[in-house]
Formats: sequence, C-alpha cells, structure tokens
Amino acid sequence: MDPAVVDLSRLQFALTALYHFLFVPLTLGLSFMLVIMESTYVMTRRPIWRTITRFWGTLFGINFVLGVATGITMEFQFGMNWSYYSHYVGDIFGAPLAIEGLMAFFLEATFVGLMFFGWDKLSRVGHLFVTFMVALGTNLSALWILIANGWMQNPVGSTFNPDTMRMEVSDFMAVLFNPVAQAKFVHTVSAGYVCAAVFVLGVSAFYLLRGKHVGFAKRSMTVAAAFGLAASLSVVVLGDQSGYALTDNQKMKLAALEAMWHTEPAPAGLTLIGIPSMKDRETHYGVQVPWVMGLIATRTIDKPVEGIFELVATAETRIESGIIAYDALEGIKANSADPVARGVFETHRRDLGYGLLLKRHVADPRQATPELIRQTAWDTVPNVPVLFWTFRVMAGIGLFMIALFGTAFVLCSLRKHDTRWFLWVALLAIPLPWVAIEFGWILAEFGRQPWAVEGVLPTFLGASSLTVAQLWTTIIGFTVLYGALAVVEVRLLLFAIKKGPFHEQDTFGAPAPEAAAAAPAIAPAVA
Amino acid sequence: MEFPIDFATLRLIWWGLLGVLLIAFALTDGFDLGVGAVLPFVARTDEERRMVINTVGATWEGNQVWFILGGGAIFAAWPFVYAVSFSGFYLAMFLVLAALIMRPVSFKYRSKRASPAWRSFWDWGLFVGGFVPALVFGVAVGNVLLGAPFRLDSDLRSFYDGTLLGLFTPFSLIAGLLSVCMLVLHGAAWLSVKAEQGPVLVRARRFGTIAAVLSLVLFAVGGLYVAYGGLGYRITGVLDIQGFSNPLRTTVVAAPGAWLDNYGLYPWMLLAPALGFIGTLAALVGLWRRSAPMAFGGSSLATVGIISTAGLSMFPFILPSSIDPQSSLTVWNASSSHLTLFIMLIVTAIFLPLVLVYTAWVYKVLWGRTSTVALKTNPDLY
Repeated sequence: MDPAVVDLSRLQFALTALYHFLFVPLTLGLSFMLVIMESTYVMTRRPIWRTITRFWGTLFGINFVLGVATGITMEFQFGMNWSYYSHYVGDIFGAPLAIEGLMAFFLEATFVGLMFFGWDKLSRVGHLFVTFMVALGTNLSALWILIANGWMQNPVGSTFNPDTMRMEVSDFMAVLFNPVAQAKFVHTVSAGYVCAAVFVLGVSAFYLLRGKHVGFAKRSMTVAAAFGLAASLSVVVLGDQSGYALTDNQKMKLAALEAMWHTEPAPAGLTLIGIPSMKDRETHYGVQVPWVMGLIATRTIDKPVEGIFELVATAETRIESGIIAYDALEGIKANSADPVARGVFETHRRDLGYGLLLKRHVADPRQATPELIRQTAWDTVPNVPVLFWTFRVMAGIGLFMIALFGTAFVLCSLRKHDTRWFLWVALLAIPLPWVAIEFGWILAEFGRQPWAVEGVLPTFLGASSLTVAQLWTTIIGFTVLYGALAVVEVRLLLFAIKKGPFHEQDTFGAPAPEAAAAAPAIAPAVA
Repeated sequence: MEFPIDFATLRLIWWGLLGVLLIAFALTDGFDLGVGAVLPFVARTDEERRMVINTVGATWEGNQVWFILGGGAIFAAWPFVYAVSFSGFYLAMFLVLAALIMRPVSFKYRSKRASPAWRSFWDWGLFVGGFVPALVFGVAVGNVLLGAPFRLDSDLRSFYDGTLLGLFTPFSLIAGLLSVCMLVLHGAAWLSVKAEQGPVLVRARRFGTIAAVLSLVLFAVGGLYVAYGGLGYRITGVLDIQGFSNPLRTTVVAAPGAWLDNYGLYPWMLLAPALGFIGTLAALVGLWRRSAPMAFGGSSLATVGIISTAGLSMFPFILPSSIDPQSSLTVWNASSSHLTLFIMLIVTAIFLPLVLVYTAWVYKVLWGRTSTVALKTNPDLY
C-alpha cells in the first residue's frame, strides 16, 4: 500500500465527512423545532406561528439541500476510497447503511417535498404530520448512521470468516443494540438540537438588536430557549454516558483524551489542563483534580482506569497472538481443509487485527522482530495532544451552552427578551456549536486511529488501490465544488435573513385565514 | 443457525432485488434526470423553465433515494461488487457524484435570486445533473458487459488496471447514449403527463420522438454488438451455488457470445429485449397521438425492458473481470453472508411496501398539471 494514498484517502474522507456534518446538525434540530412551531400554529391557529414556521422552514430548506447533496458522497465513498474496508466489513457495515436508506432517508426525502409544496394542498393537521415525518426521518437517519459508526468503535456481533477473508455478522441484535452506538446516537442528535437552538436564538437576537420583527423574534427566541436548555443538558449528560461506555470498549481513546500515561491508583485524578507530549510520553505542567476521572470513567471509587503504558503492554501481547492467527490463516489459504491451522486460528482469531498492524512496517507479519513488535504496539496510541485539546474545546463549549440556554430561559420567562448584552452573546455564539460538533467528530474518529474498525482492521489496510494523481483530482474537485457551494449557501441564508419573515406576505399577500387556496396574485414578483 | 430460505435462493432473490432497485431508480429518478437533461432546450423563457422544474420540483428528492438505497443495498448484499466497482470506476464515480451534488442545489438555489445570469447558471447545473449521470451510468453498464480490468489477490483485495478514458469504448458509448436517450424519452413522457399544454409540450414531444428513434437504433446495434462483438464469460468446472462467497473458488473463462446463452436456456427471458422495443415504440406512438398515459406507460416499459436485458444477459455474472476472468463476481460468489442476506430481506419486506404506499400518497396529493399561472400566485413553487 502506498502510504501517500492512505493519507490522502483519509484527508478526503475527513474533508467530505466534516463538511457534510456542517449541515446535518441543523437539519436534525431545526426539523423538530419546526414541528414545535407548527404544532403551536395548529393549536392556536394564529397566523404569526404560520409565518414563524414558514420562515425557519425556508432556512431549513437552504441548509437541508446541501446536507442531502453532500450525503450522496458519503454513501459511495466507502466503496470508492475504502475498497478493502468495504469488502472486509461490508457484511456488517453495509446493512445499517442500506436500512438507513430504506427506513429513514426515504421518509425524509419523500415528505420534504410535500412539506415545502403542500401548504395549499393539505389540511393544517395533514401538513403538520408531513413536517413530523421529515423530522422523524432525519433523526432515524442519524440512528442508523451511528449504529454503523458505533460498530467501527466497538465491533460487536461479528467474527472473521477465513473462507471469505472478511468479517461476518454473527449476532445482528448485538450490532443494533451496541451500547456505544446508542450513547453516540443520543449524544449526536442532542448536539444537533443544541445547534439548531443556537441558530434560532442567534438570528432572533439579531432581529431584536435591530428592533425588527420583534413579535416574531421574541416568540422564536422563547421556543429556542426551552428547546435549547433541554438539549444542552442532555448533550452533556449523554456525552458523559458515552465517556462511560468508552471504558469497556475504547480504553485507549479515553486514556489518550485524558493524556493519562500510567494507570493510577483508584479513583484516578482528572488532568484539567496541561501540555501532553508524544515524544516524552508524559504531560508537562499538568493541573490535576483528584478522583474525578475515576468517578466519570468507572462510576466507582475503587476501580482503576488504565493508562497508556499499560494498554500498550496489552497490545504487545495481542500482536504476538495476532502473528499466530496470521500464520494459521496463511495455512488455511494454502489448504482450506487443514484442521490444525483452523484449530490454531480459532484460538487466536480475535487478535488477527493486531497482527495486521505489523503490515505497516513489514510485508509478512511473521517476519517481525521483537523490537518491531514493541514499536508497533506504540502505533496503537492515537495522537494524544490532538485528542486532549479537541476534547477540552468540545466539552468547554458544551458547558457554555448550558449557561447560555439557562440564561435565555430565565430571561424569556421574565419577558426580558431585550436584554442587550445577552442578545450580543447569543448572536456571537452562533458558530460555537458547529465548532464543538466538528471537534467531537475529530475526537471520535481520530481517537480511533490506527484502526478503521477497532481491533479488527487497521486504517492503512482499508484503502483502495488508487493512485496519488486520482486522489488529488478528487480532493481538489471536492474542495472547489464544496467551497463554492458553502459560499453560495451562507450568502443565501444571510439574504433570506435580511429579507425577513414577512417578505413573502408583502409580495404575495397574506394567505386567506381559512381557505386552502393561495392568495390572489397581487404582484408577480420573484418567488 | 437454521434458515427458512437456503443461501442460493437468497442470493437469487437479492440479485432480483438489486434489479428492482436499479429499475425503480430509472423509472422514478430517471424522468427527473431526463427532464433536467432537456430543460434548457424545451423551455426557453424563465417562466417556461420554472414550469418545467416544478413538474419534478416536489418529488425528485424522494426519487433520488432509489439511487442512494441502490448504493446501500449493493454494499449490504453484494459487498464485493460495491468494493470493486466503485473503486475501479473511481473518476467516473466522482463525475457522477459531482453532477448529483449540483442537482439538488440547482433546484433549490435557482429561485432564490431573480438575476437571469444566476438562473441560467443553475439551469445548466440541472442539465449537467441530468445528462452526466445518465451518460455515465450507461457507460458503466457497457463496461460491466465488456468486463472490467480488475483482479483479486489472495486476501481478496482488488486491483484495478484501467483509466477514466479507457471506459469510453465504442460499445460502452453505445450503452451510454442509449441510457441518455432512454431517460430523455422518459423525461419527455413525464412532461407530457405533467406540463401544461403549450409550446413546452410541443418541444418536449419533438425531443421525445428523436430520443425514442435513437433508442430503438442504439438498442438494436447494442444487441448485435453483444451477439457478434466477442463479449461474454462463462463459468466452467464445479459450481457450488450454496458455497462461501469467495470469487477465487469459481473457474471462469472469457467466452465470446456467451451473453446469449441464457436466451437459449430460458426462452422466456426474450421478453426483456422485446419489452425494450415494444415499450419504446408504444412511447413513440403515445407522443404522436398526444396520449400521455401511452407515452409514459411506454417509456416505463422500455426502461424496465432495457435494464432487464442487460442484467439477464449476464446472469449469473454481476461484474466479470476482463484481465483475470478468475476474479469475476457472480451471483454465487460475491454476496454477503447467509445471515445478512436473510436479515436484509426481512427488513426490505417490511419497509419497501411502506415506502411505496407513502410515495404513492405524496404523488396523489401533488397530482395535476403544473401551470405557469400558479407560478405567480403560489409562493411555495421554485
């Protein structure tokens, strides 16, 4: 494998996935906020709530379309750039992606057209139902994608089959109810809800600062404050839950994001801040808070949390066992009926992935020297400083979000929507959830390295047999296309915000309060 | 574990389902692609173009899911096919993705500004988003019939030995143009159902007529090429249709003319090419006689027939290899495990009918021709 091809494939995946996920969180959250706003309209029948729903719906649409467009890339990129990965785990990983299409994406994509075009064709309740289906579809979509991703972090319910040279599913229910996937799902969708709430809060604050559309903005802000408070609490609590889930499955990721080099006597302390160094394998100037880490990670005061050095020692043993598995597998490949080789493979099969780690340094893992095995064991440590800092930024923003929405909720309850300093904070906070979410993904995926599938398949083995030239072509292509669309998207959002929620009624006239038919044509202006 | 359905039958079912998904994609999103490909030509003024765009505006997004689902289903049920074809046809896939990324944004962004330059830009985005995928899909099918230049090593890692330009051979171009013509005809037939009477419809009929005639010619020429152009592969030696999915355990040779074997073995399969011709002719007559149901029904049948012909001719091959026939992927050696195929069948049996029901409901709500008058009064339209 050409290492440059692997690096460029990773770069492209990171770029396209992070870009895709700029649009997903807003879709996840705003769709449910539309349901809340439209439910209020259906219950109160007050036209202002129809205006509110339609305005945020317009912004939802501009954002949604790029989420869909960039999602197409994700569905096909595994096969394009990660061909061996696709073969190796397709038997398990493909299923949730296919089910996502069938159960979730069909739902949201079929109903989203009706949501935009069906206002004059459906009853109020009928349209609300359609909006709800869109919200349900987007959130179910996240569920299946995170089941797929959760399996990469914690590959349950599957075994390697030497006859087909790939992982095959043995227990589908285990894949479905993977605790890592469940924790990740609730954490991720809650983050999406926070993101949408901050967006609505910030844009409303902008109108209030300008003194425009005050009635509209106050109502929107109240919805955002309540929704955002619940969501920001759940994102932190459930994020802690996914930290807890890590202890069984991804001890190395936990040790790395805490820069915990050595196992400490229970309960372990939490390094609040410091400068971890990969070279020295220690954290300089660390500020420790006693006990906290042990409590978060084990929910006990007597269980130790394993450190990086100890985990590397375990990896070394598993690599040695993996070499035996690899040797047995070569025996099975030569003679598929060889009972001895099959017996040996059976015993060491779960360490095969660790044996494959050696392929980065030597073509045949059986040729590895003890020195090389020791060195390779250290390959299992992800980039500690990157994880250490991305985690702190993400968690810091998460805590700030609780403060932001707590304040918003109090101010809205007291009808003090016009507190100027807070409006400025709310406006300036708009980019923060995106930062936290993208950092969260970097933490999850960069923290999984060197594995594509934890303990099963090293990332460098997963790539397709492509050329550097092909990869640069597509990386440049995607960057230019995505970059241009990002500019257009942001400008259209700003344009729509500037036009405001009443522009449409000024152009087309207010809709007749009861009649389903559209208003008479007043001015045939731009739609 | 005991399964109520044996492995070989499940493989056959999933081969059929793959066909169903691809045909469903061509039947639904196919007319969206066709409408996009003819948009700048059948509609000249902004008003006309808006009318045309709104004939598919509310439903193209749901239709496109057939394509996404097709990708997911190949991944889940035919992981070898997913891994080998998408990495092999890498740059061609990128072209398709880029075009399909342009399409959603063109639909959505076009109406957000009034400037003619802005709108014209997105009109051409819709053209690219329709024409390029239609062409590349056809070219890809042509290459699959020819055999793709890949081989598998003993770890079953795939190596591909070809270039983007190498995909464009005389035969694959015939297949690509046939795909474009078929979908343009289908798009024109859709406009005859959905667009308001007027100059747009007259032009759409003209384009549809040309596309139908070309389709007939290209389908016939393609058929002759398949018969006499040296195409085809055959499985030799022992075949274990219940065996493990390991392509290297099947023996395959290149066998010119073998793509006609199935029509001798199973004469009922001749129905597929017959449907391709009859459907296209029916669509042609429908366009002439201004019968929208006949035009659309005909183009739908033609689509079913033409795609089925490609699939049935190759059975049991899904993706043969031209440089190492031994690596060829077939129905019997490239599927997921027995358990995965079984689970996915249950999931499909539950959700696919549901999808069809709510999709039908959405079409029913949106039923009726799109008019230019509505553009002035309805703020929701593109």
